[in-house]
Amino acid sequence: MGGMRHGRVTLHLWLAATAIGAAALAAGLFMTERAAERPLLAQVRKAFLPGATTSGHHQIELACETCHTTAFGDADSMQAACMGCHGDELEAADDKHPLSKFTDPRNAELLASLDATRCVACHIEHRPEITTAMAVTQPDDYCVLCHRDVGTERPSHAGLAFTTCASSGCHNFHDNRALYEDFLLRHAAAPAELPRQIRPLARFAETAAVLPTYPSDRYPLEPLGRAQHDAPAEAATVEAIEGWLGTAHARAGVNCGACHRDSATAAWIAAPAVEACGTCHALESASFGQGKHGMRGSAGLGPMTPAQARLPMRLAAAETALDCATCHGAHDFSVRRAAVDACLGCHADRHSLAYEDSPHAELWRREVASDAPEGSGVSCATCHMPRAEHRYPEYDFKTWFVQHNQNDTLRPSEKMIRPVCQSCHGLSFALDALADAELVERNFAGAPSVHVPSIDMAVARERGAGTE
Amino acid sequence: MFRKKGSRLGVGAAVLAGLAAPALAADGVSYRQMADALHAVMEADRTVYTRVVVNRLQNEEKVITASEHWQDDKALPLPAQMFRFGAEMVAERNAGFTYSLLSLWAVNKQNMPKTAVEREGLEALVANPATPFYKDEVLGGTTYFTAVYPDKAISPACVSCHNGHKDSPRTDFKLNDVMGGVVLRIPMQ
Repeated sequence: MGGMRHGRVTLHLWLAATAIGAAALAAGLFMTERAAERPLLAQVRKAFLPGATTSGHHQIELACETCHTTAFGDADSMQAACMGCHGDELEAADDKHPLSKFTDPRNAELLASLDATRCVACHIEHRPEITTAMAVTQPDDYCVLCHRDVGTERPSHAGLAFTTCASSGCHNFHDNRALYEDFLLRHAAAPAELPRQIRPLARFAETAAVLPTYPSDRYPLEPLGRAQHDAPAEAATVEAIEGWLGTAHARAGVNCGACHRDSATAAWIAAPAVEACGTCHALESASFGQGKHGMRGSAGLGPMTPAQARLPMRLAAAETALDCATCHGAHDFSVRRAAVDACLGCHADRHSLAYEDSPHAELWRREVASDAPEGSGVSCATCHMPRAEHRYPEYDFKTWFVQHNQNDTLRPSEKMIRPVCQSCHGLSFALDALADAELVERNFAGAPSVHVPSIDMAVARERGAGTE
Repeated sequence: MFRKKGSRLGVGAAVLAGLAAPALAADGVSYRQMADALHAVMEADRTVYTRVVVNRLQNEEKVITASEHWQDDKALPLPAQMFRFGAEMVAERNAGFTYSLLSLWAVNKQNMPKTAVEREGLEALVANPATPFYKDEVLGGTTYFTAVYPDKAISPACVSCHNGHKDSPRTDFKLNDVMGGVVLRIPMQ
């Protein structure tokens, strides 16, 4: 009898434990409402991660539903999630291997060896043991699957290893905007140092003047003086008002209430949320949410902090939560502070630590000291948050904005050539410099020690046109 | 080859080809009729773009150029690119048919014939430019109705550009020569 009762109790305990375990598992995996922010549920999710994530996704790895939009979702929903974040970038890059290239029945045979109609054909997440540069999970010689005969078409390529196509600085599967043959020829003769070395400058005022969504009815583009501020007395501190007066905000008619008053009730908001910035700086705000500083917020997680980063960061900044004001400050909104000091306040990798001793930093110091023309300095932001072109097809104009998605110009680094490097340097120098990993670590102090032969090959082919 | 009365293809064909002809849908449309109708639209648009936009503005009025690198050069896309962009957009929409511009002498080697039917069709057009080529083919386990239509050099710019392009395998094209073909495929049910 006692044995039977004991057995029944054990069974009940086992059933209860199983039920609790199953409930915790189900809640952790399938409850999407801020699950990753709840310590217990986050632990469940962490325990069930099927493998370490790539550097591109690790910040949002506990927000499973960002990619797995449906539990046990099909390939289509996963692909839709990929394109939801990366689709615009691929389109802007004039993707050289778009979906349409692979859905054409004439390529059915190729598709049998590589089903490139899905991003996951080459980029499987959670598989660190087979993941190489650019989160690729195909063998390094994947180009051979379709371009086996390139040596016949281009004798100069005969005998080249297929592992070198993408790693040599010559080709990129998606984005060849700075690498295509006629571009190489056009810029073949450009010197390492261009005669005019000025980075693109902000054109926000120009944009605000023509952008229909800019609230110019409430804040006409006219300079405001000290007496015209609209803050309540208790908020109008000398520091706040003087800081504001020195900014483009005051010069462009953006009064205190533009950020501090609720747009519906006009109630004063002491500490405006980041969404207030996005009211006027929509492109900057959106791109912030796509980059490493803001992608957690976009996934419904808390703000990014250096403590959560994989790159080396300064200990003192470990718990600094990132939003617009973290780098820009409030009221004075110094873009200069945001362009260098804010970066180096957190980042402590070799490349960042080498910045102060680099030729780029010297140019920046000279510009800040007004010893050199505006646009001649090179800050962290010059390369990592450059001015980028944006088209508004719905309004028939294009403008420039500050690209706050660092990855837009970072990996692979050839993406940086056109929007950044070529403002000051010739193409050949830029290709070589970016291909020299040690030079990149030294923050470009010195000359490139490697040479990418693509321009030489293009020029040789041009001279002997018709022989290949 | 011919669809049954009131088939899905019949309705789809009328919609896809933009034909306001209920009788066609009701009676069904053959694969060949559907392909011919789609190609008629493609050929007309392609000809209009080549003559009314590119030739007029580049060669006659000389106000803008057409360039392979139209974005970088702030230029018009080449007629062949215009055609290909349309084909890519149709492919992205999974519209029930695909098409491409291929040639035995393609500038981009990816546009050389790949399947036996493509090669047979393109060679048939060279021998007999007046007659489109039709054949069924099986690709990736699906049977397609494949139609190949001649793509001719309709303006001197077609000839000069291809004859002068360093990647062109053929440099003796003349006006009205068959330079390649439009390959249109409809999956058969």
